[in-house]
Amino acid sequence: MAAADSELIAADIEAYLESHRHKSLLRFITCGSVDDGKSSLIGRLLFETKMIFADQLRALEDDSRRVGTRGGAIDFALLVDGLAAEREQGITIDVAYRFFSTDKRKFIVADTPGHEQYTRNMVTGASTAELAVILVDARKGVLTQTRRHSYLVALLGIEKIVLAINKMDLVDFDERRFREIESEYRAFAAKIRLSDITAIPLSAVGGDNVAAASPRMSWYRGPTLIAHLESAPLTDSVTHKAFRLPVQWVNRPDPEFRGFAGLIASGVVRAGDPLRVLPSGRTSRVARILGAGGEVSHAVAGESVTLTLEDEIDVSRGDVLASADSPPPVASQFHATIVWMHDEPLVPGRVYLLKLATKTVTATLAPIKYRIDVNTLERVAAGRLELNDIGYCGLELASAIAFEPYRESRTLGGFILIDRLTNTTVGAGLLEAAQRRAENVHWQALDVNKRARAELSHQKPCVVWFTGLSGAGKSTIANLVEKKLHADGRQTYLLDGDNVRLGLNKDLGFSVEDRVENIRRVGEVARLMVDAGLIVLVSFISPFRAERDMARALLEPGEFVEVFVDTPLAQAEARDVKGLYKKARRGELRNFTGIDSPYEPPLAPEVLLDTTRLTPQAAAEAVIAHLREAEIIDVDLTWEI
Amino acid sequence: MSDLTHLQRLEAESIHIFREVVAECERPALLYSIGKDSSVMLHLALKAFAPAKPPFPLLQIASGWDFREMLEFRDATAKRYGLELLVHTNEEGVRAGVKPWTPGTAYADLMLTQALRQALDKYGVDAAFGGGRRDEEKSRAKERIFSFRSAQHRWDPKNQRPELWQLYNARKNRGESIRIFPLSNWTELDVWQYIHLEKVPVVPLYLAKTRPVVRRDGRLIMVDDERLPLGPDDRVEHLKVRFRTLGCYPLTAATESTAASLTDVIREMLLATGSEREGRIVDHDGAASMEKKKQEGYF
Repeated sequence: MAAADSELIAADIEAYLESHRHKSLLRFITCGSVDDGKSSLIGRLLFETKMIFADQLRALEDDSRRVGTRGGAIDFALLVDGLAAEREQGITIDVAYRFFSTDKRKFIVADTPGHEQYTRNMVTGASTAELAVILVDARKGVLTQTRRHSYLVALLGIEKIVLAINKMDLVDFDERRFREIESEYRAFAAKIRLSDITAIPLSAVGGDNVAAASPRMSWYRGPTLIAHLESAPLTDSVTHKAFRLPVQWVNRPDPEFRGFAGLIASGVVRAGDPLRVLPSGRTSRVARILGAGGEVSHAVAGESVTLTLEDEIDVSRGDVLASADSPPPVASQFHATIVWMHDEPLVPGRVYLLKLATKTVTATLAPIKYRIDVNTLERVAAGRLELNDIGYCGLELASAIAFEPYRESRTLGGFILIDRLTNTTVGAGLLEAAQRRAENVHWQALDVNKRARAELSHQKPCVVWFTGLSGAGKSTIANLVEKKLHADGRQTYLLDGDNVRLGLNKDLGFSVEDRVENIRRVGEVARLMVDAGLIVLVSFISPFRAERDMARALLEPGEFVEVFVDTPLAQAEARDVKGLYKKARRGELRNFTGIDSPYEPPLAPEVLLDTTRLTPQAAAEAVIAHLREAEIIDVDLTWEI
Repeated sequence: MSDLTHLQRLEAESIHIFREVVAECERPALLYSIGKDSSVMLHLALKAFAPAKPPFPLLQIASGWDFREMLEFRDATAKRYGLELLVHTNEEGVRAGVKPWTPGTAYADLMLTQALRQALDKYGVDAAFGGGRRDEEKSRAKERIFSFRSAQHRWDPKNQRPELWQLYNARKNRGESIRIFPLSNWTELDVWQYIHLEKVPVVPLYLAKTRPVVRRDGRLIMVDDERLPLGPDDRVEHLKVRFRTLGCYPLTAATESTAASLTDVIREMLLATGSEREGRIVDHDGAASMEKKKQEGYF
């Protein structure tokens, strides 16, 4: 607490609280390379703004002596290096959020690590920040890491940069060194369209130009770091933009009230305003606005509200309420920049869940156009994205959504990708623009549809998907099942690994990418056949869970029956009907499932066939029994009587 | 956006978090510890769902040693807003006879950590709102707003989901549950200032009043009932005291104070030189202990 503050607090607490009520909020991110002194700077900011209590200071002095890196002197970095694991390694490993305030502003600092492998943390921290403090060690100047961080900051839409040139004490507070680094940085920043740059010479350890102007750098006439953070203009343009409210939750306590709750992403809304609901396009007018404090006449971007409309129209979670005369576009195919955040690489063709604002839909990723080398900013060809890679690609959603390009709206242009199996967040994306190419290729709503065709053939079309190791007996069992169905008068078709690979998929090999594409095509063909009314038997090793789930996702619930033909590897290898295991063991066949390529067994197959206990006949009977039980085939069909 | 004050923005963001959880989770509950942070959480929840009631119950872990005034306040609050109140006590711990002064960590482990796990399992809670703030201590500063726990209720700080923009991924794996911290970005001053501005009701124990206390290892412990063992040298004094944090009364130190109104309390807090958790005895065993406790399932 500054001395003046303390006096005011003591003398007139009400006046103090009133003055602090009107503080604004600035979120910023700090980034720098390892050892640039970032933690020391944040610790110093907390100390200078009196956020450290006496007991914490005691603990800090204690810690500084024990594990500090400053020879027993107070090590401010220890204030912010949180987790025990990090202390042991002597580095910061995750995003941490810090808070401090002055009498003008409250600040939330996203403290992110400088390691190369932790790009995802930096992107996370930058996603909510309005300003970035980029640290540079005055001795080292602009490094590859500095460029990388600046690029990420620019990518995430941060326009205001503070170039904090730290450790000036180690270059004798030399103005020429400061100017040199500043001009090198400005030249680079212009390339990535960053222009709002404030360079400040600092010594975080000594406190120079942090809160008070440094007497050791009288040549510097600009603001101190804290003064600059207090006065940097906030992003206020969102209230000048058109109104957007992603609907989070429909509030219906009784039949009289139906409100649509959400956080206003941009613009202003007033009672009586005409609104459009997206993607449906229906219109109505705002009847009432409930703000946090009760009913209000208008509300602005950043507020959580509940709106009621004049008409009873269909609105649900995931829809966007927008000003009727300038609604956002609606599309299902996009181009996007993707930041990959998971150890398992992004492979084109796979299906993920995409969450944008309050909407979650399935999304298929198209082939990657290029990857960006963030060190050189060059575009590089890439077949997949590894952890911390940034790439550009198309994506197709299962249904159309309302969106805006990311540079227009972080809320309606930023999304996360979620793995459907593990439920983890595996990537983040920035929408650029809708794709026009396939816009007009839509399914025709034909009068002769799947149902009509199925009724004609007295069966419920479906896919029976046999998966298991090579030599497990998939094709043998699938053949027996098909014979039984055929004898029973059902219309069937068997897609077999060998016959499809000889024709439709003869251009594909056995790399991970090709295996994904192989199964994607088979899944699509199976879907068309189901649409044609057939019972489709698919017999493929299909080793990856994600691909089988992708095939399942193409169909309606209940149309996909996964049959796991479970045979131990040793037994399949002992059978070795086609002599493939021998070849694989000799190294003549590569990427052979079970030998040098993994098989991921189904976690919850509809049917599990243990071939160590069942004959092929009995296994086929078990499949038929399941199809009856699931009412896919009906024993009491009229034509049987 | 710049028209909104920092408190208005924090309020709007917390309300957004409450609504996301209700929209995406099956059985949320508000972990109601009866302290000031719980009061603010409840106040925000009431706003988030008005004119409906918050669509989840309050869940309180009663150690059996809560201040009586806290329990009165709890019951009155649930009644006033017509909310479902779930109270759980670890009966095993009671039978085992652990007391707040039992040496070691058995008490905190059984009556707080285990009790919480039992309650979440018993009521099938898949998303529990907690009042934790990132400014409280260092390991919290890195915790996500949506913080996942394994089926064993463990926190894995190295395996947290990235949290971008205001997009929260609430999808759980079987057996997992989520702790949600809507006040993550609030500081202690924000909380007090909000209570002041919004006239949020808080337990009167936060305000100074003459109360019976004894001195234990330099701390003032309130004699809230006759169960507190008093030695021959213990002298019950009647001092004007208040509490900066609330928990089990034998473990919660009082501070001598004359701050009898909310603004007095805020003034004292602003001019204080000790951080909030100093009064909480459970936190006094090593800098990394909170991280360890959380990995084991402490909230």
